[in-house]
Amino acid sequence: MPKAAPTHQPLLSVSNLKVAYPIRSSVLRRIVGEKVAVRDVTFEVKPGETVGLVGESGSGKSTVARSVIGLIKPDAGAIGFNGHDITRYSPRQLKSVRREMQMVFQDPYASLNPRLTVRDLIAEGWRVHRDVVPRGNWTAVAQELMERVGLNPDYSDRYAHQFSGGQRQRIGIARALALKPKLIICDEAVSALDVSVQAQVLNLLQDLQEELGLAYLFISHDLSVVEHLCARVLVLHGGEVVEEGSVHDIFDRPQHDYTKALLAAVPVVRPWLGRSVSSSTSTHPERLTQGGTIAPNIQSREERNDIYS
Amino acid sequence: MSADQAVITIAPSHARRLRATVSARILVPLVVIGILGIGAIVVPVLYNYDPLHADLLVRLKPPGTAMPDGSIAIFGTDKVGSDLFAEMMAGTRVSLIVGASTLLIAGIVGGILGLLAGYFGGWLDTALMRIADIQLAFPSILLAILLVSVLGQGILNVIIVLSISNWVIFARVIRSQVLGLKSLEYVEAARTLGASHFHIIFRTLLPGCIAPMLVIASVEFGYVVLAEAALSFLGVGAPFGTPSLGSTISTGTQYLASAWWISTIPGLLLLVLVLATGVLGDALRDRFDPRLRSA
Amino acid sequence: MAEMRIGSDAVTRSAAASLLSVRDLQVEFTTAAGVARALDGVSFDVSPGETLAILGESGSGKSVTGQAVMALLPKPAGSIVGGSIVYDGLDLTARPVKDVRKLCATEIAMVFQDPLSSLNPVFQVGYQVAEPFRRRLGMGKREAWGKALELLKRVGIPDAETRIGDYPHQFSGGQRQRIMIAMAIALEPRLLIADEPTTALDVTVQKQIIALLADLQAETGMAMILISHDLGVVAQVAERAAIMYAGRIVETGPIREVYDRPAHPYTRGLLDSIPSAAEIGGRLTPIVGSPPNLLALPSGCSFNPRCPFATDRCRTKVPALRQPASRGSDHAAGCHYSEEVLADA
Repeated sequence: MPKAAPTHQPLLSVSNLKVAYPIRSSVLRRIVGEKVAVRDVTFEVKPGETVGLVGESGSGKSTVARSVIGLIKPDAGAIGFNGHDITRYSPRQLKSVRREMQMVFQDPYASLNPRLTVRDLIAEGWRVHRDVVPRGNWTAVAQELMERVGLNPDYSDRYAHQFSGGQRQRIGIARALALKPKLIICDEAVSALDVSVQAQVLNLLQDLQEELGLAYLFISHDLSVVEHLCARVLVLHGGEVVEEGSVHDIFDRPQHDYTKALLAAVPVVRPWLGRSVSSSTSTHPERLTQGGTIAPNIQSREERNDIYS
Repeated sequence: MSADQAVITIAPSHARRLRATVSARILVPLVVIGILGIGAIVVPVLYNYDPLHADLLVRLKPPGTAMPDGSIAIFGTDKVGSDLFAEMMAGTRVSLIVGASTLLIAGIVGGILGLLAGYFGGWLDTALMRIADIQLAFPSILLAILLVSVLGQGILNVIIVLSISNWVIFARVIRSQVLGLKSLEYVEAARTLGASHFHIIFRTLLPGCIAPMLVIASVEFGYVVLAEAALSFLGVGAPFGTPSLGSTISTGTQYLASAWWISTIPGLLLLVLVLATGVLGDALRDRFDPRLRSA
Repeated sequence: MAEMRIGSDAVTRSAAASLLSVRDLQVEFTTAAGVARALDGVSFDVSPGETLAILGESGSGKSVTGQAVMALLPKPAGSIVGGSIVYDGLDLTARPVKDVRKLCATEIAMVFQDPLSSLNPVFQVGYQVAEPFRRRLGMGKREAWGKALELLKRVGIPDAETRIGDYPHQFSGGQRQRIMIAMAIALEPRLLIADEPTTALDVTVQKQIIALLADLQAETGMAMILISHDLGVVAQVAERAAIMYAGRIVETGPIREVYDRPAHPYTRGLLDSIPSAAEIGGRLTPIVGSPPNLLALPSGCSFNPRCPFATDRCRTKVPALRQPASRGSDHAAGCHYSEEVLADA
């Protein structure tokens, strides 16, 4: 069950985020215009909550992730973390924020430095943030983390290329966990994995959330994964949020035409049982028993309509 | 799909064969350079070689001549009666010292500037690369002659001069390597950890640049040795009294008709040395090509 | 004419109906670390007008199967070491690569995963689509260009008259895949092999491409092999499925039967791993462990270390594909305990 978000302060709040890339003239490289990647994106992530960001290529979902973690400077809007506006933070100030906000990348092959052992990959964050784990304990704690994410701790001296794709993604998760973050941004973190391995990693993410109270900003093009993992979902299209709501709202009662088209396109494993995702999932007994919880969702949708329309 | 491709896209047995030849191509030049290095250190000492010593009685003797002191000059003697073998090895010593020091200085300076230019970009990059362009447009041997005539002769000055004309190549290659690495996810991952610029440049990017640096170094080594020889040949390199392969070849040219060995044998040695480093550089480039590496 | 060309009796069983008949195919890859058996005893048939889905995860051998048929195995590393590939009565494994390529150019076509790297960036798409007409059919430039335009319209490139002169980078990923399909069907092949044709595309585009392939097949009656890792994508169009694991087909049959009543624990594990199959927010039931290293396959059934049903028998004896009791004659699984797997569901 997606856990209902506790009602405290949002951990992450993004308001009116805008990111644009300059378009330059071909010869003189003068800025002649801008291509807006993301426009007016507003959302919140509460502690311990999983928020999904879905969209197709070019929808700007990765741009949102990268501006939240500070890899891209936003052109407008504000990003708040833990009650502080971090949009205009200096690199030094950002350093402390980054400890609490980590990222798991899409490509388990490109996101791990090929010249570091697993132990060093996990310990890299401690080299930057000296006070997290004392140097003498690096190996021990790294091995603990490896065990926690389901890797054999005896392999801590191996290099990333000696592991399979799923195991590499576990290394990526262990590295993100090393700094004891409150929020982990998963940018297509399971998209490159085979389905059986993907399921293992999704389970791991859920276990870690329960155990450590992590919040996830989960970015994916795979709607079935988002539906499975997230409590709330934002649908991005052309750099704008076209629909936002609880996972039930979005998947069972999509309002926007784009969301409907997206859902209709999701391949169904057994098409002979019924066409769309929503019908196949709502026939699930568990889904039906959630009938009692639908009412508050509808209410929250109406509230949202009040705010945004 | 990745594992699928790992199996398919490299032609593995081909790769293995390549790797076997690669290791031979690394080993053989290393042995050649190693022997020359040891020879350069040991031979002049064994022969008690003194560049200022002249013994006109045994000048211009052909290879294999028995010397008055009972030894045999296997490569003959030069115009002042010095044993050519000892002179050549002393010259090799100079070549190797000049080559190694030049590459060290040029590599460090060029490497750091390339890292900074590639990482920070902007005006620093523009400025450095325009300087590099200008310097590349200017023939490096002319530049070296110009600088030596200002600084004066001497091994140290030769090293400085050659470093100045060589840092550009390091800076350019490292810069383009950094530009490629910078956008990789693992570099971004280091940034998301909150790593400082220093950390990213020297702990994340630099290790990825070591391989191309080694490759350029081994290729450039041959050029530097040749350039030193050329400077000495032209009389602006190693000063009088410091035997160098270039100066030995240069003096030998006057006697090509009567004593061919004075120019020819050091010339062949220079050829071997340059060839060995060139082959080594090529082999290293293949060795560091990740597509040829086993998973 | 198929009958006339058949030399051996090994294929007579299926020759009558099937266009492509693969029997006991063995493919090996020589790597630095040793010899990997990428395909081990793969057999399947495809009839005209039929769609076969070959499903599997990375390293299962599904792409190698397509490459073997098309004589596209990377040389010299990969080679067919046993078995036969009989196309229309002609054993392709016994033919020189040149002949197979020639045949592939006209009768067997392939669509790849990445349409950008399969198109030449410096030629107009019209030129590239027209090329087979000019080269294989000897058409004139104008005539071939006209044919190309027709094809681009057929595969649904909007505004094809003006876009025919554009270059590959000016098209979106989905449109590029349409162009690739246009090139593949240009000479009306009798067999189309599509290797992960929609993997690089967005879901909405994915659906359109699959629909296009299905339409084209209905129109031309060609046979189709869809190679994919995505069980959902192929379910819309394929009649039969072959599930591959570690170089073997572990289960094959009508796709509905295979999905609804999987008789191999791997197939079942795959189906259970799909998020939409589990309750929302609940735990998924993944297959434990990782896919095996082809260089060090476990003894017996390759799936045994990950299998909940595994016994000592599985660790020693490789199970043959067989029809599980109570299942139809065209449903087969390579498991000693298929009956238990079916009963457990």
